[in-house]
Amino acid sequence: MRSIIHSSPASAGSELENRLFAALPTDVDFATIRCVDERGEYLEVREGQLQPLSQNFDVGAMVTVWHDGGVGHGATSNLSPDGLGWAVSAAKRWAGVSRATGISVEPPIGIASGSYTSPVEYDWSTLPLGDRIDLLHRQASLLTKETATSDVASSRVASRIVASSAMLARRDVDVVLLASNGARIEQNFRFVYPGLSVTAADGAMTQSRTFGAGAFCGQGGPEVLERHGFGDAAERIRDQAIALLTAPNCPSGTMDVVLAPDQMVLQIHESIGHPLELDRILGDERNYAGTSFVTPEMFGEYNYGSNLLNVTFDPAVAGQLASYGFDDEGTPAQREYLIRDGVLVRGLGGISSQQRSGLPGVANARACNWNRPPIDRMANLNIEPGASSFDELVGSVERGVYLETNTSWSIDDSRNKFQFSCEYGRLIEDGKLTSVIRNPSYRGISATFWRSLKGVGNLESWQAMGTPNCGKGELNQMIGTGHASPACLFGDIDVFGGDTE
Amino acid sequence: MIDQSYFDALVNRSCERLSANETLLCTLDAESTDFIRLNHAVVRQAGSIDQANIGLQLIAGQTSTNASTSLTGVLADDEARMTLVLETLRGQLTHLGPDPHLLFCTDGLSSEHVAHGAVPASGDALGSIQAAAAGRDLVGVYAAGRKVSGFANSLGQRNWFETSTFNFDWTFYLGDSAVRDSAVRDKAAKNGYAGFDWNETEFLSKVATSNTHLNALARPSIAQPPNEYRTYLAPAAVRELVDLVSWGGFGMHSHQTKQTPLLRMVEADASLAPQVSLREDTRNGAAPNFQEQGFARPDEVVLIEAGRYRDTLVSPRSAKEFNAATNGASADEEPQSLAIDPGSADTKTALERLGTGLYVGNLWYTNFSDRPACRVTGMTRFATFWVEDGELVAPVDVLRFDDSIYNMLGTRLIELDDTAEVILDASSYEHRSNASVRVPGALVDGMRFTL
Repeated sequence: MRSIIHSSPASAGSELENRLFAALPTDVDFATIRCVDERGEYLEVREGQLQPLSQNFDVGAMVTVWHDGGVGHGATSNLSPDGLGWAVSAAKRWAGVSRATGISVEPPIGIASGSYTSPVEYDWSTLPLGDRIDLLHRQASLLTKETATSDVASSRVASRIVASSAMLARRDVDVVLLASNGARIEQNFRFVYPGLSVTAADGAMTQSRTFGAGAFCGQGGPEVLERHGFGDAAERIRDQAIALLTAPNCPSGTMDVVLAPDQMVLQIHESIGHPLELDRILGDERNYAGTSFVTPEMFGEYNYGSNLLNVTFDPAVAGQLASYGFDDEGTPAQREYLIRDGVLVRGLGGISSQQRSGLPGVANARACNWNRPPIDRMANLNIEPGASSFDELVGSVERGVYLETNTSWSIDDSRNKFQFSCEYGRLIEDGKLTSVIRNPSYRGISATFWRSLKGVGNLESWQAMGTPNCGKGELNQMIGTGHASPACLFGDIDVFGGDTE
Repeated sequence: MIDQSYFDALVNRSCERLSANETLLCTLDAESTDFIRLNHAVVRQAGSIDQANIGLQLIAGQTSTNASTSLTGVLADDEARMTLVLETLRGQLTHLGPDPHLLFCTDGLSSEHVAHGAVPASGDALGSIQAAAAGRDLVGVYAAGRKVSGFANSLGQRNWFETSTFNFDWTFYLGDSAVRDSAVRDKAAKNGYAGFDWNETEFLSKVATSNTHLNALARPSIAQPPNEYRTYLAPAAVRELVDLVSWGGFGMHSHQTKQTPLLRMVEADASLAPQVSLREDTRNGAAPNFQEQGFARPDEVVLIEAGRYRDTLVSPRSAKEFNAATNGASADEEPQSLAIDPGSADTKTALERLGTGLYVGNLWYTNFSDRPACRVTGMTRFATFWVEDGELVAPVDVLRFDDSIYNMLGTRLIELDDTAEVILDASSYEHRSNASVRVPGALVDGMRFTL
């Protein structure tokens, strides 16, 4: 997508970049300027009708000043010399305030130049706007129509489908981070977010299915759609939504649970990712997002899960949603184990949080946009594949449930007591997937849940996905995180169903 | 920061570039914000933000398309951006067919609302905050400054809503989060002070309330087992419940497509308690009374009356799609100024009326555990106490609840307080929020806690 400004900030040597460099103050200990140029497009066909196309163009910059132990920020959408000058003055002023009354943080004086670009196989010109709209109309039609392969009576389909949506969003985000030591980091992200949803109803009963609840997103071009099977999902989720209307409620009891990768996304995010964020452990988020049951002395010795649990921070998975070369403090990003053979070894915190806590971290200080400062975010947080095929996982279960796609999530502020619900479930009886069940939920406690991990799927079921919207921070920030996982088996989990009969 | 005359000039120049068959709708969202984030009563992050964003909807006949762009505040630059965006939108119109659900206001009235309060200089506010927090582990955020919302169209309608506000959202903690000792960690009293005019006496009164709660939290906590408990929900906890229900609960689209969590009220004659009346109370809220297609919001829309569903929030799009009249709802059809009518129970006697049970100061992370049944789960957070014979006995470790709104605000609702608390939304995703709620506390018999 074409930038709204004449020269992209990601154009080395451009007039704008020269202006940004020139704005960096020289009378302070250190300063950076982070300029973000974002273009987005949102297309949706809802109940068969194309919704108004929406695009956004957003450009701005944040100046950060470190001086005499203080740090301050100034952000503006006015990139003229006057506008940048205002941002510099504001950052200096706040650095002075925080020097007197704030937490001291060392400047990133070692920041070095580099670049990152999303891997794009096909340009969007290979799927122009008209074709994108046609694609969504086709998927929307499949969400509501009978086909030869459907096992649902055709006369009942249209009457039971009460809502449907096929959507495609994409964002091009170019970021340039310039530092007063002359360093220049350029990152060019290309994000793609496909989505499908369908709701079936019968009286006061409704059941909805989606395309992974938004988890099937990533970096790249139109190939992201193919990578996640966007074109093959509509009929399947439509038939599943209808089948759920007459399915029995999920049984209640303690039993084995196999979680599909698109539910593992949520499980990893809420009960591993957030508890390991160092800024939560440091208390920054206690007024809003919460704290953590993890305490500093746990690192290096705490058995977070069974010895089958291996979790990495991996910013280098090609095409995953939160892959990048550098975080927004300019730290080069590299793969690290956070949990190895079940033992907690490292937290999720950028350089600032590492300095403050004295704990090992990773390059994950990220900002959602130019108008927010970086905070600790989880980026790509992945479960490494294990040794079991999906059939072996299911085959080892005498009585349990298989659950797909998150529909409800709730967890306490220290990320310990959780309750999650899924869109779709199947009973597992004597090692085989049997009948469909509706409203499946399970609850547990993070500190013990991962110790019940009994089986980890191999590469066959491993999928790289993401969470497009993770909210955190004050001021609030919404950002995408990546999560990859195979299907996983957990033992003795508290499972239950809904109220709807 | 962008002012009214600048917005008018920018829109007027863009309208000069329209063809005879084109209509342009513009919405402005701009703010100048100082933010101070605190942890352990010292500054964690602080800065200033100057931002402006304009949304454009270009309409030709029955076809339309949208785009938004950030603005610089430099007229020549912004005019160039608007021109480029308009060209982009015109190019897109050729790919789009007629939109049968397109509706925009053609006879709207212009309006202007400007309210600048006595917002203190941010450094002064920080001084007050740090003085009040002396000896306390304070964590929170102070955000303040000007904020404007504007609407303009090529038909000549102009609407302007400008305020200067502050919002300090904070928590006092009893002990450091990074310690394992459960006797002190996670014990906290949350509070907020927001508005147009900073009043030091009023602020210190709020601080005193937090100190009182924190002193009570210093007692040894107890772990209550999962069970059904007689429960008093403070206004902040009631707010959390109605915020969740507002997620698809009151919009016409969600009703017509049976996705509303209140489906049983529509399809199966379910109801809430007769004490519960709920309205979108724009007149007494803090949000603009116009929306992005130029329609005015009425002073109020009654959503639930005496426990029965009455009306929905209707966006222009839904109005056209479902053959109804719009009531000025935005596209998401979510309330901006939700109010629950107070009841008749004396707020001051809440503990006495609770007798023995749980006093819940806040709920947290609510979500639907069975959406069509409006069954909700979530956690207690901050000041939650076990009460016996009307006296606070001990703080209670966090508990998970899982219960139906039809129970909590229906069959098991005993009474609502006779005063409703105004809570100005402290959220700031993309920009500072204008939303607010006005809710009373609620006494519930037998709320279900599960973990």
